Amino acid sequence: MTGIVTPIRLDYRYTPGTAASGFLHGMKVGRLVGRRCPSCTKVYLPPRGGCPMCGVEFGAEVEVKDTGTMVTFAIVNVNFANRVVELPYVTAEVAFDGADTTTMVLLKGVAPQDARMGMRVQAHWIPEAEWDFSLANIDYVVPLDEPDADYESFKELL
Amino acid sequence: MREVAVVSYAQHTSRREDLRNEVEMLLPVVREALAPTGLTTQDMGFTCSGSSDYLAGQSFAFVQALDAVGSWPPIAESHVEMDGAFALYEAWVRLQHGDIDTALVYAFGKSSPGDVGRVLSLQLDPYLVGPLWPDAVSLAALQAQALLAGGSFSEKDFARVVARSRRNARDNPHAQLSGDHDEAALLDEPVWADPLRKHDCPPVSDGAAVIVLAAGDRARDLCARPAWIRGIDHRIDVQALGSRDLATSTSTRLAGQKAGIGKGIDIAELHAPFSHQELIVSQALGLDENKTSINPSGGALASNPVMVAGLIRIGEAARRLSAGEGDRAVAHATSGPCLQQNLVCVLEGEK
Repeated sequence: MTGIVTPIRLDYRYTPGTAASGFLHGMKVGRLVGRRCPSCTKVYLPPRGGCPMCGVEFGAEVEVKDTGTMVTFAIVNVNFANRVVELPYVTAEVAFDGADTTTMVLLKGVAPQDARMGMRVQAHWIPEAEWDFSLANIDYVVPLDEPDADYESFKELL
Repeated sequence: MREVAVVSYAQHTSRREDLRNEVEMLLPVVREALAPTGLTTQDMGFTCSGSSDYLAGQSFAFVQALDAVGSWPPIAESHVEMDGAFALYEAWVRLQHGDIDTALVYAFGKSSPGDVGRVLSLQLDPYLVGPLWPDAVSLAALQAQALLAGGSFSEKDFARVVARSRRNARDNPHAQLSGDHDEAALLDEPVWADPLRKHDCPPVSDGAAVIVLAAGDRARDLCARPAWIRGIDHRIDVQALGSRDLATSTSTRLAGQKAGIGKGIDIAELHAPFSHQELIVSQALGLDENKTSINPSGGALASNPVMVAGLIRIGEAARRLSAGEGDRAVAHATSGPCLQQNLVCVLEGEK
């Protein structure tokens, strides 16, 4: 005998937390809802349990726009196991306008070789009828017809 | 040995945290523990935590929990996938190095999202025992059977432990189960996992606890009556359940000896999630119920946040010493099935 297979299954009832629940409820109605840290004033999207820099609970909810700046990206040429997306594709880190953190989304509507740091983008939402309590409501981002953001304006986020 | 003391302690326990996640549950407890010291998390020489990602059902949940202590600028921290009492041991060792004076220890765990009995079975050996999925209560019942078979204890002793635990818990705002119970009436309850009744088993609890440690005069500056750690040790029994006598706890006895438990213990906080386990631990430590107040908090039978309940024992013992309720205490923490691994901490109030 060289090995055994032991099936394991555990079921959980997941609690995203107060701040993240606000974000998920926002997604359900097509809004991006972050939270501001009362100490460093940064807006987190999505908000986590608390500000990881300051170690304090978040303050008020802050609505963030669905337009933003692609602060960095990667061109993916190899598919993950169990995932088939047409190659190559661009994974973007987008700072939505009003947020001080980046969110990972796909970039479409531009050839991968034309993707640039600082590119202005906007969320492309899935049909409203399909909106759920999920970040997956944003299918991908597409370029906006705007000048690129100045590097100085987003270098902190890299 | 450098003298190190518990200078502050806070806990939170509830039946079910439906709205807050682990970090949101932990944040106020960290703040409450730090408040009397006037220190911040950034002031700590070392930070150490105890938790289990299997409770959250999420890998690296312990890393996310660092959000609760604010880890920027970077802090020196560590984690054990164990009860927070074992994290406290690591922090105590770190303080022995002599270059830092303070440490923050925290533990958190939500047992309510999953089936904690099945989650705990994943700590069993994955080849022979684990695939049978024996749940934690069934394994504890096997141990209780072994204890009864020895003839020194009966189910009446189990009921006595439960009645005292619930009675003591009346004064504990964090207790889930408390009240006056007639021992005979407890024995009339139906058997749940033979020979254990439901009241012999712990409640399912979510919770967090935080302890601040300080060394030498720093401890005296931070606390009116520091609870000095005079000895701390942990030992483990063999992994295979069939290879040890479940009715005794050799590792507890050895840890107690190495920690210098001796005689003259005013307060004992024993981490015994099942009633019969308190009898085993108490015997291994040579405690006399007539001379020592055992589990004045109500113990793990009153509330049992997994991965936290052991650290709570140290915190509760220290809190009582700092409040002048005694001079010498022992705190015990356990980990693994049927009291497999045991930590003993001997504490003394400032003279």
